Amino acid sequence: MNFKQPGLLFVWIALLALLSGVFMGTTAALQFIYPDFFEFLPFFKSRPLHVSLVVSWIFGCAIGGIYYYLPKYCQLPLFSPALASLHFWIFVGTGAAIVISYAAGQFGGREYWEFPPVLSIPIIISWILFGVNFFISAFRQKTKWPVYLWMWGTGIFFFLYTFIEANLWIFSFFSDNIVREITIQWKAYGSLVGSWNMLVYGTAIFVMQKISGDPGVGTSRTAFFLYFLGLANLMFGWAHHTYIVPASPWIRHLAYFISMTELLVLAKIIWSWKSTLSQAKKYHHQAAYQFMLASEIWIFFNLTLAILISIPAINLFTHGTHITVAHSMGSTIGINTMILLASVFFILQGDPAKQADHPAFKSGIWLSNLALLVFWWSLILAGYTKGKLSFTTELSFQEIMDEVLPYLMTFTVAGIALFMGIALIVWRALPGIYRLSRAR
Amino acid sequence: MGKQLVFAGFLVVFFAYSSIVYTIGTRHSAGQDHFGEQARQGKLLFQQYNCISCHQIYGLGGYMGPDLTNALSNHENGEIIARAYLKAGTQKMPNFNLTDEEIDALIAFLKYMDRSAYYPVKDFEISLSGIVDIKEKK
Ligand code: HEC
Ligand code: HEM
Repeated sequence: MNFKQPGLLFVWIALLALLSGVFMGTTAALQFIYPDFFEFLPFFKSRPLHVSLVVSWIFGCAIGGIYYYLPKYCQLPLFSPALASLHFWIFVGTGAAIVISYAAGQFGGREYWEFPPVLSIPIIISWILFGVNFFISAFRQKTKWPVYLWMWGTGIFFFLYTFIEANLWIFSFFSDNIVREITIQWKAYGSLVGSWNMLVYGTAIFVMQKISGDPGVGTSRTAFFLYFLGLANLMFGWAHHTYIVPASPWIRHLAYFISMTELLVLAKIIWSWKSTLSQAKKYHHQAAYQFMLASEIWIFFNLTLAILISIPAINLFTHGTHITVAHSMGSTIGINTMILLASVFFILQGDPAKQADHPAFKSGIWLSNLALLVFWWSLILAGYTKGKLSFTTELSFQEIMDEVLPYLMTFTVAGIALFMGIALIVWRALPGIYRLSRAR
Repeated sequence: MGKQLVFAGFLVVFFAYSSIVYTIGTRHSAGQDHFGEQARQGKLLFQQYNCISCHQIYGLGGYMGPDLTNALSNHENGEIIARAYLKAGTQKMPNFNLTDEEIDALIAFLKYMDRSAYYPVKDFEISLSGIVDIKEKK
């Protein structure tokens, strides 16, 4: 394979991970309705396959973009393209090992990282390689770093930190006390999501700057203010997941306070709504921008939901229901995936075959966003129903799930439509990315 | 230089805060800080069979099955039901062909958890600020 564009190899393989990951998601959803569906991969295998594959889509596409953008658009040649290729092969090899271990029923059984813990070693090594390559390349920059370089660097550093933190359980000091064990797991996962958001939002700002041609996008005071706000939330906001864990109360109160600072982001979105609209008129013909616009709308919805469920009095009823899944999937699809697809189609502007005008592409964007809307609301209603019934009635778990089932069915149907929408988009992108990865 | 300084400040506070969370912030109030040997075995089995993909602990995990924090005390005969499910599975929960020893260990783990907290919380007070006061297990 061509080693000149390791970044595009990442993007290409990440698109495949997205496609197969979303397929596993529909399998997992169908198993809620028909437990015996696809017996070869029961829910306790299909769910981790789904989550790991889509998470590797997010990381793979973000990493690939960074490797590709640094030399091509930031005048920062990679310190070592060979190291980047090595990173790519570790990524692919570890990914394959994880898929095989799930299929074979070998688990480490940690939420989100459900693979055997030895596989954490190559992951840590690969991120060190990435960090070395990124920081040596970026420190060659003579002028001040724009905010996206800050965000990418922060994302890499905190991924490593939180990933190691998520593995602390192998020491009995951390795992022999369930309160510590659960608290640190949430701490690590909360910051982990913060770290990939740094990579993804950095990419968003980069792409918006390039679309608009305005260098101020990446250097403005607002941009840096939002960066530090994000950093504070990455560091201290996670404990809104642990309101019901009996750790020290101040941990929760601090998280509540920090989470509410996100209201500033919400205010900013409302404040700049007009300029977003005029931007939309100006750039709507660009495929990349269409995804950016979609992500902006989803940020608004998901942030509102996130702020609401961070209020302890609401969290009490929504925690442990599908509202949490609406929050996590709503954000990973509506925000992260849309931004990363914007990045993919921004890259594709260099490809001679203009994919964006194709009717299949247009249907893909509309189908995926409309399906996501139904998908998201079904999960919220499923969670609401479960929360309400468990607090106001004495129904058993099975009886509650019977009431929730209609919403999960709608969710599944919408999920299948979402899969088709995403497949149409990915299908348009794959050949172009492949062509570009072979070109010089 | 300003930004570097702010960043460094954030980092220092973060590490200080993390070390408190790792230690005194997460001490157990239930007077039984650590797992016994059997419960530790049970926890490892819980991971090995990936029970977390369908079940939650304190709400963390997958949502096909119920939360297990208080599985043993949430209803009458909790332990008998749990043992029966672990032995034979249900329509949705797989039968893992667990040995009696493994089941005992898993039950010991569930017992440890059951003593640690109330979840779902039924006994609480909500204040106007939105903060919830939860009754802790003693
Ligand atoms: C494929 C999903 C799945 C997996 C994996 C799974 N369970 Fe379950 N479990 C369920 C469901 C669903 C129920 C509720 C009963 C039902 O609806 O069939 C349940 C019920 C239970 C109950 C009874 C809880 C109560 O409050 O009545 C216990 C205890 C339990 N499971 C323990 C475990 C343990 C321990 C493991 C791992 C060895 C495990 N389960 C793996 C799906 C699963
Ligand atoms: C880009 C697309 C997608 C992304 C990024 C994504 C991401 C995720 C994440 C992060 C989780 C873990 C949720 C949590 O524990 O809170 C999850 C769970 C899940 N996803 Fe997706 N998802 C995607 C598409 C889909 C689709 C199309 C379906 C099909 C209906 C689906 C079905 C599921 C199911 C059933 C679960 C398990 C929920 C549970 O435990 O009950 N996902 N997904």
